[in-house]
Amino acid sequence: MTEPTSGESNVNESNSSQPDPSSGGDNAVSSTSVTQRRDTTELVKATLARRYAAEKRFRWYGIIAIGASLAFLLVLLTSIFIKGWPAFTHSYVKLNVSLDADSLDVAENPTDKQIRAANFSGVIKKSLRERFPDVKKRKAKKELYQLISGSGEYLLSDKVRANPELIGQTIDVWFPADDELASLLKSGDDLSDPDSIVTRMSHQQIGFAKALLDAGETQTRFNKTFFTSGNSAEPEQAGIKAALVGSALTLLVTFLLSFPIAVAAAIYLEEFAPQNRWTDLVEVNINNLAAVPSIVFGLLGLAVFINYFQLPRSAPIVGGIVLSLMTLPTIIIASRAALKSVPPSIREAGRGLGASDQQVVWHHVLPLAMPGIMTGTIIGLAQALGETAPLLMIGMVAFIVDIPQGFTDAATVLPVQVFLWADMPERAFVEKTSAAIIVLLGFLILMNAIAVLLRKKFERRW
Amino acid sequence: MKKISILMGSVLLSAGLSAPAMARDNISIVGSSTVYPFAIVVAERFGKSTDFKTPKIEATGSGGGMKLFCSGLGVNTPDITNSSRRIKQSEFDSCRANGVTDVIEVLIGYDGIAIANSVDAEQFDMSTKDLFNALAAEVPNPDGSETLVANPYQKWSDINPDFPDKRIEVMGPPPTSGTRDAFVELAMEGGCSAFDFIKAMEKSDKNKFKTVCHTMREDGAFIEAGENDNLIVQKLEANPDALGIFGFSFLEQNSDKVQSSIIDGFEADFDSIADGDYAISRPLYFYVKAQHVGTVPGIEEYLAEFTRESAWGEDGYLTEKGMIPLDDDLRDEVGDAVANLKPLESLD
Repeated sequence: MTEPTSGESNVNESNSSQPDPSSGGDNAVSSTSVTQRRDTTELVKATLARRYAAEKRFRWYGIIAIGASLAFLLVLLTSIFIKGWPAFTHSYVKLNVSLDADSLDVAENPTDKQIRAANFSGVIKKSLRERFPDVKKRKAKKELYQLISGSGEYLLSDKVRANPELIGQTIDVWFPADDELASLLKSGDDLSDPDSIVTRMSHQQIGFAKALLDAGETQTRFNKTFFTSGNSAEPEQAGIKAALVGSALTLLVTFLLSFPIAVAAAIYLEEFAPQNRWTDLVEVNINNLAAVPSIVFGLLGLAVFINYFQLPRSAPIVGGIVLSLMTLPTIIIASRAALKSVPPSIREAGRGLGASDQQVVWHHVLPLAMPGIMTGTIIGLAQALGETAPLLMIGMVAFIVDIPQGFTDAATVLPVQVFLWADMPERAFVEKTSAAIIVLLGFLILMNAIAVLLRKKFERRW
Repeated sequence: MKKISILMGSVLLSAGLSAPAMARDNISIVGSSTVYPFAIVVAERFGKSTDFKTPKIEATGSGGGMKLFCSGLGVNTPDITNSSRRIKQSEFDSCRANGVTDVIEVLIGYDGIAIANSVDAEQFDMSTKDLFNALAAEVPNPDGSETLVANPYQKWSDINPDFPDKRIEVMGPPPTSGTRDAFVELAMEGGCSAFDFIKAMEKSDKNKFKTVCHTMREDGAFIEAGENDNLIVQKLEANPDALGIFGFSFLEQNSDKVQSSIIDGFEADFDSIADGDYAISRPLYFYVKAQHVGTVPGIEEYLAEFTRESAWGEDGYLTEKGMIPLDDDLRDEVGDAVANLKPLESLD
């Protein structure tokens, strides 16, 4: 090949002479090294612009690919955030309720049980009628009652049960608005022009809403219910706490099972196992296991843990076991890579000082590999957190209101909650769905951030 | 590896040994995703107004629910299964074979299946016969001879000159869905029975009749849009030329965006479905394992909550969710049977 310097010196000459490159090729045997060099330079020169352009294009392909994926991500995230943001606030309506024993239908000094059976919904309806005394027709009254969430009576009941002296008093209470009213108030539309608003509410209901809004008797504030309650058939009462706790319990089982097993397996395979056909077979199987579709683990869970071992359906313990089968290969592979990256000199030095194999592993190799193992574990758990398919088979796709108290209580998990809400007819569940996705994404980002931090802080390069 | 297997085995064993002794203190419900939105409202109210735990409800589909329900007795099997159709003889037999002998049948109301388009478009007024012509894979020859040809209709105006000059585009549920089963049985079969020579087939060649009536066309005019009815509503909003098939409760919740088509002279609304005038409606059921009453706490109270007038009655909260109530007499009759925990003797 021609040296670049001599090639450059020939550029000027060849510029003017313009020899035919094909003739140079034909006379290759007889031509001198100078002409040969010139030909090559010519060739290079002729293609140089094209090569630079190709180089540039190649870089642009990369930039376009990154740009496209970022754009997709941006579109996805913005649409989720725009849809989901309203779910973090809710509108409340102030009503003046008179809790006299007559309307509540309770005796003097009622017991807790009597208060529970009291007619709180009647009291709320009465105060709504008093707020809008002009409403007389049955249909109009029905529309009026729809403004307040069905949870209002339970809220009032809890208030009075906590403080029975309230009976006989007249108090101001902020009631959560019904989902339709809340969407209307949160949208910020101009209520004086009902025809321009897209809503299922009637003109009369919009009129009620406007009167309440103008009198300052509505308020939009942070939606605490979303974080403190379980699922509900009513969007304004639905929350993700049950799913969050379910996810936490399931992941705890997954971690407790998969971490020790995976690390033990990795240490044995990496530090002690002889290199033979059997260990090769095990290795291939572990890699295969990582590629098995997750629904298969769900079927296994159903057949083995529920049908054979008689573990309860829909319980985090079964979910955790199934998900740990799924995360095991991920953690084993990551742990083996981490162990492999600890230089052999550490082991040799340890043994040289008289440490046993076990001591070398426990005192030196494992601590040095730990950041890598932890990173792998967290990434495996993050995968498990987003998994839905295997849980379908073991009954964790369920309507759960009560917050699960233990590993055998019926529970559901965050991605399943997203799936369930996406299928509900009420419009307000759209924003709940996106809000649940935001919470799930938040946890995934948090877990991945911890993984990155651990690696940054503790990883040692040799 | 030995260490691992011992560890794994001991974990499984300890979990497995402790499990069977556990009792269940919440009701376990499985079954139809059509009944699911109604069942969860009742379950939630039941949980809030009593000291019992809120029942756990899984939407497994009618068939899947029945299979779990009939798999036997004991706390690991569900207590109640919801269904958007009546129990089949085969399912009833399998229940009995597995020891589930006392099953209470509760008919709770009706659900309509709406054929709807965007409110921006013109409302359709058609018969089930037109619907069959638009959606079946094979239709009677348009020249009037009594033969079947592959569906030639591309535009609505090909079927009936009064219809708009638009491409036929209908979005509906996939074959795994109960809504699809009901639609095929009620609308398509109703439509094809309007042709005398196909109706005659029902007697002569039942299989052929089923194939002709139940097979939807696959040339792009009928689009399987997935199980999610919300998605169909969104697509209708974006495309005013398309029609969609979905449950009545979704029509109710989106009445500002989509409108029901008129089928055989009736629009899908509350009254027409309750009166039986609207052709495409189906009964909703749930089935209770009477043998679990007393073992699992709260079953009787849950039944009482479901069959309360303020729940399943004319003005009950279930009707607000889009369920169409039974008429008064039938409601009394079913209510009595439920209150007495009267099991189903046979399917007649």
